[in-house]
Amino acid sequence: MQEKNYIIEVKNVSKYFGDKIALDNINLNVKKGEFVTILGPSGCGKTTLLRSIAGFQTISEGEILIAGKEISKTPPYLRPVNTVFQRYALFPHLNVFDNIAFGLKLKKLSKQDIQKKVKSALRMVGMTDYEYRDVNSLSGGQQQRVAIARAIVNEPEVLLLDEPLAALDLKMRKDMQMELKEMHKSLGITFVYVTHDQEEALTISDTIVVMSEGKIQQIGTPVDIYNEPANSFVADFIGESNILNGTMVDDKLVEFAGVQFECVDEGFGQNVPVDVVVRPEDWYIFSDSDASQISGVVTSSIFKGVHYEMVVEANGYEFIVQDYHHFEVGQKVGLLIKPFDIHIMKKDILFNSFEAEIIDDSHVNFLGCDFECMPQQKYAKGDKVNVEIDFGNIILYDNEEDGKLTGDVNFILYKGNHYHITIMSDWGDDVYVDTNDVWDNGDHVGIGVLPENIRIIDKKDNNS
Amino acid sequence: MLNSFRNIFNSRKSWTIPYVIFAAIFVVLPLFLIVLYAFMDDAGRFTFGNFTKFFLHPEAVNTFVYSIGVAIVTTVLCIIFGYPAAYILTRMKMKYADTIVMLFILPMWVNILIRTLATVALFDFVSIPLGEEALIFGMVYNFIPFMIYPIYNTLKKLDSSYIEAAEDLGATPFQIFYKVIVPLSMPGVVSGILMVFMPTISTFAISELLTMNNIKLFGTTIQENINNSLWNYGAALSLIMLFLIGATTLFASDDKDNDEGGGLW
Amino acid sequence: MVKKILAHGYLWLLLLLLYSPIIIIMIYSFTEAKVLGNWSGFSTKLYTSLFATGTHHSLANALINTITIGIIAATVSTLLGTITAIGAYSLRPGSRKVFSFVNNIPILNGDIIIGISLFLLFVSWGISQGYITVVLAHITFCTPYVVLSVLPRLKQMNPNIYEAALDLGATPMQALRKVIVPEILPGMISGFILAFTLSIDDFAVTVFTIGNEGLETLSTYIYSDARKGGLTPELRPLSTIIFIAVLVLLIIINRRAGKKKEA
Repeated sequence: MQEKNYIIEVKNVSKYFGDKIALDNINLNVKKGEFVTILGPSGCGKTTLLRSIAGFQTISEGEILIAGKEISKTPPYLRPVNTVFQRYALFPHLNVFDNIAFGLKLKKLSKQDIQKKVKSALRMVGMTDYEYRDVNSLSGGQQQRVAIARAIVNEPEVLLLDEPLAALDLKMRKDMQMELKEMHKSLGITFVYVTHDQEEALTISDTIVVMSEGKIQQIGTPVDIYNEPANSFVADFIGESNILNGTMVDDKLVEFAGVQFECVDEGFGQNVPVDVVVRPEDWYIFSDSDASQISGVVTSSIFKGVHYEMVVEANGYEFIVQDYHHFEVGQKVGLLIKPFDIHIMKKDILFNSFEAEIIDDSHVNFLGCDFECMPQQKYAKGDKVNVEIDFGNIILYDNEEDGKLTGDVNFILYKGNHYHITIMSDWGDDVYVDTNDVWDNGDHVGIGVLPENIRIIDKKDNNS
Repeated sequence: MLNSFRNIFNSRKSWTIPYVIFAAIFVVLPLFLIVLYAFMDDAGRFTFGNFTKFFLHPEAVNTFVYSIGVAIVTTVLCIIFGYPAAYILTRMKMKYADTIVMLFILPMWVNILIRTLATVALFDFVSIPLGEEALIFGMVYNFIPFMIYPIYNTLKKLDSSYIEAAEDLGATPFQIFYKVIVPLSMPGVVSGILMVFMPTISTFAISELLTMNNIKLFGTTIQENINNSLWNYGAALSLIMLFLIGATTLFASDDKDNDEGGGLW
Repeated sequence: MVKKILAHGYLWLLLLLLYSPIIIIMIYSFTEAKVLGNWSGFSTKLYTSLFATGTHHSLANALINTITIGIIAATVSTLLGTITAIGAYSLRPGSRKVFSFVNNIPILNGDIIIGISLFLLFVSWGISQGYITVVLAHITFCTPYVVLSVLPRLKQMNPNIYEAALDLGATPMQALRKVIVPEILPGMISGFILAFTLSIDDFAVTVFTIGNEGLETLSTYIYSDARKGGLTPELRPLSTIIFIAVLVLLIIINRRAGKKKEA
């Protein structure tokens, strides 16, 4: 039925490197002729996913179908895909012509056919007359064109591109983006493109797949991804955003930064905690007046070429605002937002929740450590329970030894008046922390909790 | 489950198997044989006798100590004469320097025994009597290229911005030399020491030729015992040398975890 | 300026010292005197007698043995070393450490230990020593050097080019032949040259593995010659010829390498 349209189907694919999980139950369908971009920060699994499709890597679980055929156990040289590598990977001992003809010669095509196809591939990438040049004498951009020609000359059903423009300078990158888009149009084949550059992804793709920590966060068109980010990670990663904690007071009414705003979302229920996203360019900024929804003071203003980027402090929160008009630092301003520019996202997690075991009436074990808790009689030694800890009640120590256990700062989100930090503990569990202290990605920290802040509850039957 | 795809990727590793088998037979097993023979008497019974024989035999112990002394003196002389040469070379224009380095290595392509005999002829020619001085000269002559080359390689790769930074911070040329250049070239010196000390300690034949059989080195002692079919005693002496080599390597690899020094090639 | 002259003077003095024995041999290859150091007038008789068949049968035999052993040992260790390097390249870091430890043993051990340990191996197995044992011994100490000259080429290689070949439809064997081998060829060649020179120059290992059936290589020939009290005069022209040949070979190799760099 509809499946017939899919050229690539990735079904429940997981990949482990030792006990590290690189791909976590990935499901992805790519339509024939689509330009799909897999976008994410480094280490999110995007390259692993591409290499699994190309066949350079085995997958641990799941299956991958290309044109309806299961290929996850097919070696790369029998798969109907070709790859353009980030570092070009041109064969240094062959000239431009022989590089491009490499695949055709293996297929034992006639000399004339090879000649014709190589010539037309070179024309396609705008490198006519370069046939007999030494590949090492070409510039980065030219080498990448040859690499693209070498892949498309084999007429693959799918072209895989692994950050092909990452090594080029900005101007060259912009030109090549446009050319790639043109090429995609005229070739009519499917492109699967991997990048960490969100602007590039928004520019060239039909569909964007946002990945983080081995999971797909959102799949959608560039406009969808930008305007309706599925969660705070996507909102933060794509473009600039103000992300704040808020409360859905009622349908079409949200409160954040101490003010109630009209919005267009409904169906969340009443007084439900949510994340609120406002793009910096969606704020209206003006000299403070009756029209102001929030009033504040400009604390910084930077000219960014086309617009000014200003930080406005209001009601104890910081807002990033972009506008063509300049407001002086120290000036009192008003802010206003249209209802449809407020994006509401359900909060996935409201507090930390860990599986735990009672050690004695004042100690409980979770995250691989014993913690002191308030004396209690309800549970006996060895009972399996759950503990809950609010984000704000986790204490981070600079000095690793001060904490019960340690972990690495993995993801930092500025929420207007505090930081929401994800810590990957040594045992691989995520711990979420709200803090006013400034930490850096990759910081190794000690983690601690005061006894009165540990809530012990009955063990839930299923993982929530 | 083994699928063919995984096989192809994993099989690359199995390409080491032929050599691993080869090395097990021709490298590792023979070393075990040295240990085995060293702790055996002629009749094949376990004994420490070969070692007590060595330690109770002042001449053998003296030769051993003397050989270490010769190796140390040779190594030190190679550093004293080789380091300035390597340093001067790095200060030259690249093309010119590479040619001269080549000239330093070139004599090594002439058979070591012929070279040694030629040295003997040279001493004859200028009527210097053969003896200790000749031995040391011959050793330094034979092994100094092994010192110059690794030091030159390390110094060549030394980023000139370190020197500029030191100049900028007010160091005099002499201070730059011993506070920046010397410490940074240590990996090269260490691999030079390894490449000179090891062959010198185990050398034989050369010493006989250079001293008209007057001075014996430990290598010669081992060879004589093996030649006289005293295999067990010879093996014990080899094991003692093996320990010395192992100790030197461990000492050197302490501050030479990266292969910056670069071998001869 | 004075400093520069002093520095260069030092280098040339060192070189002069290093070369003086070789120069003496070269000079005295053009005289007939039996003992090195005596000059009995200019003559090329030693050269003609070196090439005259029959006169120095044993020297000619030793030379032929040296060269054939060198070629066989260098060829086998280049093949074995290359295959091993490719395998070692895909080892995990842990096993790679173990591997490089084993590979380094023959390099660090010193010739005499290799010679004696192999001698013990052959005698304890009752293998009669001769040409084959010498070749095996030479392969043993040459292969690690080949591995060491091929491995860096593999490490320098863009790891994606192997994958690129597979991606373009080459089977692993085709990818190896058409992409990997051309990339590591310079390492293989320098490995071969190194192995060959190590083999023809070796004395310590050869003397313990050559047996006593009358087989001689150049090194053992010179050694027994020298112990008999003097150098066969014909060794002087032979050394001269070998030295000149190596010099020419190295100049050619250097020229080619230089040209490649410029291109």
